[in-house]
Amino acid sequence: MLDGFLALYVFMLAAFTGYEIIARVPVILHTPLMSGSNFIHGIVLVGAMIALGHAQTPFEMTIGFIGVLLGAGNAAGGYVVTERMLEMFKTSKPSAGKEAK
Amino acid sequence: MAWLPVLIKACYFLAALLFILGLKRMSSPRSARGGIVWAGVGMLVAVLATFALPDLHNRGLILAAVLIGVSAAWWSGRRVAMTDMPQMVALYNGMGGGAAAAIGAAELFSYAGNAVTLLDGGQFTASGADTPGTAQLVLAVLGALIGSVSFSGSLIAFAKLQGWLDRRFVFPGQRVINLLVLAAAVVLGGMIASGHLSMPLIVAFFGLALLFGLMMTLPIGGADMPVVISLYNAFTGLAVAFEGFVLQNEAMIIAGTVVGAAGTLLTQLMAKAMNRSIGNVLFGSFGAAGGAAQEIAGSQKPIEASDAAVMMAYAERVVIVPGYGMAVAQAQHKVWEFAKLLIERGVKVKFAIHPVAGRMPGHMNVLLAEAGVPYDLIADMDDINPEFPQTDVALVIGANDVVNPLAKTDPSSPIYGMPILDVADARQVIVVKRGKGTGFAGIENALFYADNARMLYGDGQAAASELVAALKTLES
Repeated sequence: MLDGFLALYVFMLAAFTGYEIIARVPVILHTPLMSGSNFIHGIVLVGAMIALGHAQTPFEMTIGFIGVLLGAGNAAGGYVVTERMLEMFKTSKPSAGKEAK
Repeated sequence: MAWLPVLIKACYFLAALLFILGLKRMSSPRSARGGIVWAGVGMLVAVLATFALPDLHNRGLILAAVLIGVSAAWWSGRRVAMTDMPQMVALYNGMGGGAAAAIGAAELFSYAGNAVTLLDGGQFTASGADTPGTAQLVLAVLGALIGSVSFSGSLIAFAKLQGWLDRRFVFPGQRVINLLVLAAAVVLGGMIASGHLSMPLIVAFFGLALLFGLMMTLPIGGADMPVVISLYNAFTGLAVAFEGFVLQNEAMIIAGTVVGAAGTLLTQLMAKAMNRSIGNVLFGSFGAAGGAAQEIAGSQKPIEASDAAVMMAYAERVVIVPGYGMAVAQAQHKVWEFAKLLIERGVKVKFAIHPVAGRMPGHMNVLLAEAGVPYDLIADMDDINPEFPQTDVALVIGANDVVNPLAKTDPSSPIYGMPILDVADARQVIVVKRGKGTGFAGIENALFYADNARMLYGDGQAAASELVAALKTLES
């Protein structure tokens, strides 16, 4: 269990981590990176699974089910889209050497 | 079975680590591809560990929802065209926000349900686990509010970029009404957080939060959507982190916070590239003030594709400036084919990309990379601007506002102050454009009337094909 201040410290340090990672990123990667971070908050799926796993009434189950559905969509969609964007960077790499002479 | 909870915690730790390392790798072109795989492994580990949680019920339902959600998103993400990527990011981001809001809703409703049963039983005992602390309630409410706004807002952003909603909805007093809706949602949230856990209150709170996301996004024009999507991406991250605190789930806390911070910075970078503050994007009514636009003297001078091709074939340096129009016309492959022919003739060709070209920063880079244009031919605005005076021909394809000199000269222009690509400094400018209309921001472009500018009218794809054909006849 995270008590109040420990939670605050974790929050602060994680926020700095995120800020620092992006601070030095080239413009060329902004879109893939936005998409990549969009995938990473797909971890919300885990929370939705827990919420559905603890749901008791049909009403709570419905909400939980929708949550898992949306969370799964965030994670899977985010992954596919990011992967497709980054795939292009791979194919352009060898041709860069060829064309530039 | 004491080892199982420890193992699950260890899995969450591993997932958080993999997310951070993955994001780190994604921030460099060389390791970017590996980065998403690392993060993907982290996600898989976290999801499998969650399935193993001992007190998890409804496993069948969970599995069904995961399978449906994953396959639908996987299928749609695979088949969507590269130009439509921005709205897909908006859509998936909205889903994440919705999921975070759903977690908040599930928690709040279950607290409300418990409170009712406790009252019915006649005895209200503060029995540890089921009675939430104030901090927990506040975070659940905050996460639900931010997640809901991100959900409905992202869906509007998706609809706008998809072309389903091409009008901006503006009415007098809009800002005041939006503010009132937000204030009402915050007040209801405050009541819930202070322990008024009644069903109607919670339902009204979610209704207002969703409504606010909708109303906040409707008046924002398409040109500002990248900033908005990035902002909602950060919102979702934050909402996930807050709900992670509520559920005491470390992976959610770390991943959500990291994305929240990274997304906020990314949003600032984008807004800065457009020389506007985030507040201005959200609350300023861009282009709504129909002020007296500066009359532009002169006329647009057309040019034939064959003449344009000859001009560039005998040039020493050519800079190609692609914009969203090129992306819409799917002309990037043809344009690259044309550039390759020029390179074979010994012309020095570069591509110049404005930070906000396309619908997202870096969007144009992705499209050019898809066409096979190597990195080293692509230049940023700051690198290429000093080179325009030595450039023989600047070829502008489907770009408009980012090359508009009025941004420098006309203080009354809505884009005044936005840094632009100084294509007018080149000896000749050829502008490929579909018609005589204005750009995305609805502003006249003084460049098109400049003495050294020639207009090549036509769809980007068709114009590029004509240029390629003209160049080929020149060679034979």
